[in-house]
Amino acid sequence: MKDTTIFGSLDPELTERVLSRRNAVAETGKMAGVLAVASMPVAFGLLAKSAFAQGTTLPADILAVLNFALTLEYLEDDFYQAGIDSGVIPAQDLPIFDSISAHESAHVALLEGAITTGGGTLAPHPTFDFTANGLLPDPFVSPNYPIFQALSQGFEDTGVRAYKGQAGALMSNDAILTTALQIHSVEARHASAVRRLRGQKGWITGNVSGIEVPEFDPIYAGEENTTQGAAPGINTTPFGPAQSASEAFDEPLTMEQVNTIARLFIVP
Amino acid sequence: MATRLLEGEGELNFLDRLARTTGRRTFLHWAGLTIGVVALGCGDDNGTEPPPGDGEVNLGSGDTGILNYAYALEQLEAAFYTQVLLGAYFTGAPAGEKEILTDIKNHEVIHREFLKAALGAAAIANLEVTFATVDMANRTQVLGAARTFEDLGVSAYNGAGKLLTVADNLLTAGKIVSVEARHAAAIRDLIVPFSFAGDVVDAMGLDKANTPTAVLTAADSFITTTINASQLPTA
Repeated sequence: MKDTTIFGSLDPELTERVLSRRNAVAETGKMAGVLAVASMPVAFGLLAKSAFAQGTTLPADILAVLNFALTLEYLEDDFYQAGIDSGVIPAQDLPIFDSISAHESAHVALLEGAITTGGGTLAPHPTFDFTANGLLPDPFVSPNYPIFQALSQGFEDTGVRAYKGQAGALMSNDAILTTALQIHSVEARHASAVRRLRGQKGWITGNVSGIEVPEFDPIYAGEENTTQGAAPGINTTPFGPAQSASEAFDEPLTMEQVNTIARLFIVP
Repeated sequence: MATRLLEGEGELNFLDRLARTTGRRTFLHWAGLTIGVVALGCGDDNGTEPPPGDGEVNLGSGDTGILNYAYALEQLEAAFYTQVLLGAYFTGAPAGEKEILTDIKNHEVIHREFLKAALGAAAIANLEVTFATVDMANRTQVLGAARTFEDLGVSAYNGAGKLLTVADNLLTAGKIVSVEARHAAAIRDLIVPFSFAGDVVDAMGLDKANTPTAVLTAADSFITTTINASQLPTA
């Protein structure tokens, strides 16, 4: 792959925006030592290339999925940035959240680039209320760090289920499907790390939320499933301990289910 | 690695296989035929050797081939953790580490058995694997190998997604890969606290996606059985 060719085919304004976003991120120092600027055109080019290969525009259904993902990434990115800026995160836990935050910022840039080069219009960047309209204490005030952690777990586990639920809708575009899968597994790494930070297992047992807010139960609804594969499916409980059969497979959520969860945090 | 040349096999065959190995990287082993005999059910304890080339396991083509590829990797992972749990490091490990490794072993066995059931008659035979290079008494070596297997598994499913043509199969792969990623993060955290991703996630926030050829090559030294992946879809 020739980086320069692919990158050169992008809208200059977009290129500048993505790069300046990266610079802004780098200037905060949170990605210091992590950023490999040279590798960026390769990954970005992957999406740009696919978009151009199809005559510059992506089909509406794929753009809709990308904008759906972008909204979730805006939520995560804003959440971690606010958390880091607030000082609510103890120093010893900062490496985890710095890294997660850098990933979410990169996902935002990547999705914005894919949508724009694919001829789409970016979904509006929502204003978020991480108290869920007063349902929760302010997660960015230091006594409420456990709330911040719980929200992080909920967002990451939601992200895993959201990307998983949309994979089938991306099957017509190999490059975008692969990129979505590469984001999906990173969200799962985040979820595992944050869950363990909270004293949970890295994997989900049954439909146990581990978050003491009933409004979060939909994030884990259906995770108890132990029948896998195409219908009628295979019962996996004979293959190991019952709770392991549930843990061994993560479950998808539909776009509607995810939007219902996300709307808790979006100012109308 | 439990490779050996077959009795009566001349140098010509040896070179021929070596050439195939270098020429077609999908023929991963030129001399790991012993287990293939058992696996294919065409051998017996008296050691009747198959003709050259018959000892391999062929993953097949299409979605079935990709699912067999996944089944091969899950066999490898399940066998690894099964051995880990019998080793001295595990026996003396803190309770928290024992719980993680026991859970992961159970998950991998369930993945393996599920894929075997889903593939039915199309499932490849049991693979012969070896972990002779991993000292099961040594925490660093065990966790280092576990990290390799989990990261490799994640990259394998990520790379194979686009090769599947049936949406149900893609969804199933997606249900498994995120659990592998959860494993990878936990293992990495045991090795270096707070290092759930490390450099395996790039500057664009993306995990790796590897081709079957790259993954099988990386796993080669742990799999004794010859795997023929030549019919797998490539795009």
